[in-house]
Amino acid sequence: MKYWKQIADSFLSLIAGFFVGGIIIWLAGFDPILFYQGLLIGAFGNLYYLMTTLSYAAPLMLTGLSFAIAARASLFNVGAEGQSYLGALAAVSIGAFLAMPNLAHQLLIIIVAFILGGLLGGLAGWLKVSRGVNEVVSTIMLNYLSLYLSNYLFTYQFYDPMRAYKTKDIEATAVLPFVMPGTDLSFSLFLALLVSFLVYVLLWKTPFGYEIRAVGLNPTAASYGGINVRRSMIMSMFISGGVAALAGAFEVMGRFHCMDTELTYIKGYGFDGIAVALIGRNHPIAIIPASILFAMLKTGVQAVQRYTSVGGRTGVPLELGLAVQGVIIVFVALPSIIDMIRRRMR
Amino acid sequence: MMDLGILSIFTEPSFYLGALRLMVPITLAAIGEIITERSGVVNIGLEGIIMLGALSSVYVGYFTGNLYLALSAGILAGIAVGILHAVISIYLAGDQVVVGVGLNLFAYGIGVITLYLTWGTFANSPIIPKGAQIPKLYGFSPFVPFTIAVGIAAWYIIERTSVGLRLKAVGENPRAADSAGINVFRVRFLATVTGSVLASLGGVFLGLDWLASYTRDISAGRGFIALAMVVFSRWNPIIAVLSGFLFGFLFAVSLSIPSGIVPDQVIWSIPYVATVIVAAGFVAKARAPAALGKPYKRE
Repeated sequence: MKYWKQIADSFLSLIAGFFVGGIIIWLAGFDPILFYQGLLIGAFGNLYYLMTTLSYAAPLMLTGLSFAIAARASLFNVGAEGQSYLGALAAVSIGAFLAMPNLAHQLLIIIVAFILGGLLGGLAGWLKVSRGVNEVVSTIMLNYLSLYLSNYLFTYQFYDPMRAYKTKDIEATAVLPFVMPGTDLSFSLFLALLVSFLVYVLLWKTPFGYEIRAVGLNPTAASYGGINVRRSMIMSMFISGGVAALAGAFEVMGRFHCMDTELTYIKGYGFDGIAVALIGRNHPIAIIPASILFAMLKTGVQAVQRYTSVGGRTGVPLELGLAVQGVIIVFVALPSIIDMIRRRMR
Repeated sequence: MMDLGILSIFTEPSFYLGALRLMVPITLAAIGEIITERSGVVNIGLEGIIMLGALSSVYVGYFTGNLYLALSAGILAGIAVGILHAVISIYLAGDQVVVGVGLNLFAYGIGVITLYLTWGTFANSPIIPKGAQIPKLYGFSPFVPFTIAVGIAAWYIIERTSVGLRLKAVGENPRAADSAGINVFRVRFLATVTGSVLASLGGVFLGLDWLASYTRDISAGRGFIALAMVVFSRWNPIIAVLSGFLFGFLFAVSLSIPSGIVPDQVIWSIPYVATVIVAAGFVAKARAPAALGKPYKRE
């Protein structure tokens, strides 16, 4: 019963967001109906489009889960962006510069990526509990730090001499194979689904997850109940950062097999993950459909851009999708408006 | 004559003038946020408000070439976003942090869309006409003394007037303030809109003075640096002005170290790393307004 109300809330936020988004699209001089039609065709119109959409769902699922884990401890990790860069850094450095047997190679990348991202998230958690630094501020600042760090290492250490704007390709042993050759969909999707399931088990079936959720609901009560609030907060930020790093690592291992030095290949997944988690109400299972929805927005807008391109002029800017996402998030923050709409409809 | 090498930048007056100018956007946004937070509302959307203030003033300035119209457009953007944030977070009791995050994404998207649809580029607008740029007074941006004056005025109002007393009462104990006859919602509404206008003026400065154009990453994390500054200024506008100068200094350092000596990436990360370090060093002693971030509901 409680779940149904939340699902309905999410749908109403989405509808309201898409409606106001439609007004923006109209103001920008495009036909909103055609835009949304193109969006659906571009995201699900044929097998190739569908596979592309699912391939984008994988990183969004992971950054969404990352946000949700911290949010369950009532922490706002806006640092999935920077944490995912460190995952890409781990994948490129280990994948391209170490020779290892298959499986061991991928496993090592996953472990190192998780730890690197975890340390960055955990640092923000530690700053919060021991120095009182607001985690929104510290994670944003650390995003810049890990962007410039990765940018530096990619530009000066890991670049490919043949095409200096990219890093060297990772070894075949480090690659996550494609599910369907000719599309971008790799096994990263199945790994992301596995992580969703593991996060669900962690949060709802283990004492540790219970502690995180208790801290999120009421830290004072949790503390009286004998829970180590500081440790729970730091650990939830560690896991949150680790899961975000997997998004960056899997994009390198599954899709690109290298990274551009400016990291534009994976920019934005961290922030998109916030919207995914909010629409999924920070529930690991609900985040799965939410990630597919936002992946649809991503592939769909790209397709609409291609349709609307005329001559040398590109069509609808991709950032239109971002603006629509922003509107949706604002509506998610509005429980009372949603309640109002619901009362009207009754 | 001793060769100072890289340190010679610190002997040039233009370096300090640069530092003074760079303090403006973060300090204005921080002072605004102090006013907002003192009333119990937290606005994470500063970054987006800076972008929208810059965008609307550059847009109007570019097409009219009129400084006053451009300035008004920036201020109006601040008022509009402030009202939006206030209505959602105060009257509708929405989640303040979520609204702010949404605003930031929205502003970024709108900025790029406007750049593309208006000037056909994803990077930056052309330079606005001279008539719409902020004129220099004796080679000095009038925004610098303005920012310092706003800081002093905000301090005076918060600490020495009855308006400030009401503001603090609402932020510390809204229920008690309500029973004392203070309109909690109205005080918070006005504080949020005022804070938003000051942040948008920070954006106006970037758009009409510093860059004289709009770029997609115009805010470059300044809204978040301002949020950190609020805390380690201990919600005091005068300290915010001083720490604003510290950050202007750090930004100036990161802009004026010639490349080739240390990797650019190290220099670029200076202001952000410094924010974390300074925040970690000072924050523990500060105490936030008791009702910060909690929507008030009458019973």
